[in-house]
Amino acid sequence: MSLFPGTAAEIAIEGGEPLPPGRKIEGRSPWQLAYERLRKDRTAKIAFATIVVIVLLALLAPIIAALVGHGPNQQFINTGESASGGPIGPNSTFWFGTDENGRDLFIRTLYGARVSLVVGVLATMISMALGVVFGLTAGYLGGAVDTLIARMIDVMLSIPFLVLAISAAYIWHPSFWLVIFIVGVLSFTYPARIVRGQVISIKEKEFIESARALGAGPLRIMFIDLLPNVMAQVIVYGTLLIPAAIVAEASLSFLGVGIPPPTADWGQMISDASGYYQYGSWWYLFFPSVALLITTLAFNILGDSVRDAFDPRGGGLYV
Amino acid sequence: MSDVNPVPGAASDDEVLLRVENLVKYFPVRSAGLLGKREYVHAVDEVSMTVRRGQTFGIVGETGCGKSTLGRTIARLYDVTSGKITFDGKDITRLSQRRMRPLRREIQMIFQDPMGSLNPRRRVGSIIGDPFAIHGLASGAERRRRVQELMERVGLNPEHYNRFPAEFSGGQRQRIGVARAIAFRPKLIICDEPVSALDVSIQAQVINLLADLQAEFGLTYLFIAHDLSVVRHVSNTVAVMYLGKLTEIAPADDLFTTPRHPYTGALLSAVPVPDPDLSDQREQIILVGDVPSPIMPPSGCRFHPRCPKAAPVCVSEVPQLEPRLGDGPDHVAACHLPMAAGENLINFRPTIDELDRVVEADGSVLPGGAVSEGSKS
Repeated sequence: MSLFPGTAAEIAIEGGEPLPPGRKIEGRSPWQLAYERLRKDRTAKIAFATIVVIVLLALLAPIIAALVGHGPNQQFINTGESASGGPIGPNSTFWFGTDENGRDLFIRTLYGARVSLVVGVLATMISMALGVVFGLTAGYLGGAVDTLIARMIDVMLSIPFLVLAISAAYIWHPSFWLVIFIVGVLSFTYPARIVRGQVISIKEKEFIESARALGAGPLRIMFIDLLPNVMAQVIVYGTLLIPAAIVAEASLSFLGVGIPPPTADWGQMISDASGYYQYGSWWYLFFPSVALLITTLAFNILGDSVRDAFDPRGGGLYV
Repeated sequence: MSDVNPVPGAASDDEVLLRVENLVKYFPVRSAGLLGKREYVHAVDEVSMTVRRGQTFGIVGETGCGKSTLGRTIARLYDVTSGKITFDGKDITRLSQRRMRPLRREIQMIFQDPMGSLNPRRRVGSIIGDPFAIHGLASGAERRRRVQELMERVGLNPEHYNRFPAEFSGGQRQRIGVARAIAFRPKLIICDEPVSALDVSIQAQVINLLADLQAEFGLTYLFIAHDLSVVRHVSNTVAVMYLGKLTEIAPADDLFTTPRHPYTGALLSAVPVPDPDLSDQREQIILVGDVPSPIMPPSGCRFHPRCPKAAPVCVSEVPQLEPRLGDGPDHVAACHLPMAAGENLINFRPTIDELDRVVEADGSVLPGGAVSEGSKS
């Protein structure tokens, strides 16, 4: 027994451009709009497909290793090393060549993707979670809490990332989880600032006031009312943070304070390769570097597209 | 506060739902410079009023006069600077937000902007279900059933439970706000310009809905608006607000037939009349100058820089809200020189030194008083 059987969209079509026949106006959430825009973005599709391939290769690494018959840490002293004990170049047995320990670089590069992806995603999740919590708290509560968190972020931003990360690795022993923790914790500052800024602009809106008038407490307002409104920005920033975390992990491993050997890791491989490059072992440096480059590039391009898709100024509303 | 204004319309305690005494709300503003003096926006200044059960108390005033701040301060969305708010016999002036929470079921708000007051990223069912979720009263299927009942009661299609606010028209969105506000059958609903963002035809529907709900549930409304005809239509009592102060409180019909405060007179003359012949005959009073800054409000009567009847006493003395010219206790005005019935403001010129009045930025002094803008065709 509604007095208004029509939806808003059905009522509010006057004045707009005439629609193509057969097209129904329907309300769509910003998420749906972003998804539609993303689906039409060819660059984004290529980047996404690349990421899917990398993820599949990482997941299937043990199966590929079994098929090839080379383990990631298996040393082939007879077939995989030159007479002087150095790496040998790509051939039909070792497609990407071997390293100085006679290990198959093809298999190790595949296994390296597992480390990079897991560290990239987990560290990003830690950093987003911390960023959301600190950003919401600082932005919504304001006052002294805001000042405290803002100063803490300023302090963290003024200490160089590598100095802090290397110190942490010296205090605790380098390990897989420590790398995730360090990269995640040290990169929460930017999402925290983004969330804080968004919250400050949204918390003056009437719907927050109406939530307070209904008796909602600060926690409910922060996580039920504010969070859905900053989620788009968090997602956009998160997709751009994944490649940054992958690079940060590779840098730490390159410096010897990241993933401890013998785990296959791109940063570690690039670091080890640098000693052999001058003797002509280009493959040792080339394959892990290209793998790192393709992965971070794909994530960065996808991140840019996701950001564009969420931009309300973007065109293509009619799909 | 040392001197307590007489609370107008002295009513017995059971009749009174809300009593506001000398309510003050200042907002701090930072003035220029690091060592600049801390200044305050005098948003609500010494406001006293009484709202009776089951009635509608209208508050009218120009944009920025503090009427919304008054409503929100009464709802305790803002902390009170000084004064006292008594709701249903309880002093709620200094209750903490936590202690205030149970009372939130009894005081609800409806906001002006039906888009801004609904979270754009949440579904309507969940928005209307908020009161149940916040106070932990119903969940799951039970909450859904009650939300759909509410939607039906305010004239929304319950099947639209899962839609987003953006998928509704302005009037429907305001119905969503109404549904949420009546979820607990509150005693008081503060309507902050509930229809001013809507088309006129939709305004009537929403006002009729509010009237139906009032009759059905015995609601009391504090109805804030700048549209005089709307306020007259819905209110039992109307208060006029100017620059943070109430200038006149009267039963709705009294206020519109015999306004006492010249500001009320000027506002009433600005109400459009549907009959063009009548409109041409009418003399419209155009007030001179802008509303003064609420940071440094004028001395005495705050309306004196723009009042056609301004006299020296208006500059020196703050007029109190009290019955003027033999009015009953229900009709009070804060004016030293109230208007008599049938008096035309156009015939008056202020009798105070013009230098005390509006001085423009370039130093030129505006001629005070009202200018006639009648007989324009």
